[in-house]
Amino acid sequence: MTKNNLTTIQKGYLHRRNRWMIVTSLLVILTLILSTTMLLLGNTRYPLEVVLRVLMGEEIRGASFAIGTIRLPRMLSGLLVGIAFGIAGSTFQTMLRNPLASPDIIGVTSGSSVAAVFCILVLELSGSIVSIAAVITGLIVAILIYLLSKGGSFSGGKLILIGIGVQAMLSAVISYLLLRASQYDVPGALRWLSGSLNGMQMSSIPVLFLIVFIFGLVILLLGRHLKILELGEQLAITLGLNANQTRILLVLSSVFLIAFATSVTGPVAFVAFLAGPIAGRLIGNGTSNTLPAGLVGAILVLGADLIGQYAFDTRFPVGIITGILGSPYLLILLIQMNRRGGSS
Amino acid sequence: MTTTPILKANNIVAGYDNKIINNGISLVVPSGKISVIIGANACGKSTLLKTLARLIKPISGEILLDDKKINKIPSKQLARTLGLLPQSPVVPEGITVADLVGRGRFPYQTFLKGWGKKDYEAVQEALEIMGITDLANRSVDELSGGQRQRVWIAMALAQQTDILLLDEPTTFLDITYQVEILDLLTDLNRKRGTTIVMVLHDINLSARYSDYIFALHKGNLIAEGSPDEVISEELIQKVFSLECAVIKDPVSGSPFIVPKGRHHVMG
Repeated sequence: MTKNNLTTIQKGYLHRRNRWMIVTSLLVILTLILSTTMLLLGNTRYPLEVVLRVLMGEEIRGASFAIGTIRLPRMLSGLLVGIAFGIAGSTFQTMLRNPLASPDIIGVTSGSSVAAVFCILVLELSGSIVSIAAVITGLIVAILIYLLSKGGSFSGGKLILIGIGVQAMLSAVISYLLLRASQYDVPGALRWLSGSLNGMQMSSIPVLFLIVFIFGLVILLLGRHLKILELGEQLAITLGLNANQTRILLVLSSVFLIAFATSVTGPVAFVAFLAGPIAGRLIGNGTSNTLPAGLVGAILVLGADLIGQYAFDTRFPVGIITGILGSPYLLILLIQMNRRGGSS
Repeated sequence: MTTTPILKANNIVAGYDNKIINNGISLVVPSGKISVIIGANACGKSTLLKTLARLIKPISGEILLDDKKINKIPSKQLARTLGLLPQSPVVPEGITVADLVGRGRFPYQTFLKGWGKKDYEAVQEALEIMGITDLANRSVDELSGGQRQRVWIAMALAQQTDILLLDEPTTFLDITYQVEILDLLTDLNRKRGTTIVMVLHDINLSARYSDYIFALHKGNLIAEGSPDEVISEELIQKVFSLECAVIKDPVSGSPFIVPKGRHHVMG
């Protein structure tokens, strides 16, 4: 009897772990397929063999330039930015226990965008300074939202509403900056603001990789802590978790990911917002969501970029496609929440 | 069973922001017994319980566990001795019963040592005590209020603490489930010798299921002792501003209060 019970419970754990492993592996495979497709397709289609030879460092006329200088940085930045958005979004959503609490909904992404647009249009800067400014402003906005929602008693719902307000304000600032800018600069800024992988350069990849690797790893290692934090402040402390320290580490890491990624490709709409819930559906909620969410983020960005480039006569930037995919989900979510009688 | 640690409060003053709610309370939690904190709404019952569980830092005074200050004990070590089930915790969406109960094993895990045999056994035992083994792989969202509460208590049990504090574990439950939960907690106390302290609203169930009662009034501890010693017409008058008669519970023999309102009172 006792032995039987143990196996039922163990079977359940095992079953859920297997599902996690299978789904995550499939997501890895899909990510690889999309990444490879990004290298194969373009003005000229190259066979897989040529792509591999170029990647191995062989010099092939035409192909080396198209793949090495244009397609590879485009693919790598899409991959890394997708992972960053996915991980950061799902961390925020889990920590605040609300799918609306994604950095792109509550204004953190907009904070980074304001800084980047200001740097690009007004100060005419580019490169790493833009990234640093984006990270700092992202952090400031995150802290600001937190402090504003802390007055009285803290609640996740309040934080989200304040975040949406801050987001609206920041959008106004961006519009103002665009109005003031010289006409010549505006199209570039607009393309950046809609989230685009155009014109990515290999030189920006190493730092982006390092940021995604370090802060992604920090969040992955804190996976077990995040699950405890998800139970709420009181239970987290009761279970012996240093709740404040964990939360600060997770928020810092997420903001670094989101702000840095935003500074590279612009705010690719809704990827942070969608990745966590999609991953949750696939792996079964209640298990560790971070890695699958990162993969789903990458799949969304790469997939949307492929659609944007090749599905229509006109080429659309990636953010337009993710925006179109994301808005219906936002509406469905809001309607569902309303039915359930608001969020907790 | 090793000796159960003793939880003490030394003249604690606690509250939120600038509002003092507990005004200098000293008490010793009876070891291996079930104690209940009673009092009117907003008298500081919950605050006292949360202060005992280190969720609220007292403004002055200290909480001692075996004469050690609790804020000096490493948090995970403390979490293996002292557990708390808050009032209406939020269920993570879609989580299964076994996974939620398994989260109670957090204080036993380190970065290197993940999930092990002992953790399985602790989860299994907790589910058995709460009688929810057959629900192990169900999603918590699908369960009834009573079943859900059993899952939360099972999580606290998987934590395997010597002392368990519960903040209104029976609130929002039908009377059937209230009695069921209190019976299960009594089983736990008798089988494992777990010290239990809880806040309850129902005075009669408190008197029946507790060994010891702490009565709070406006942030002060005004009476403590066994239900027979504590529950009296005067005390209820003072604590709840309610006139009542105290009779003997025909089932358990514990004191039983019968409120007197303005209507329906026989000459």
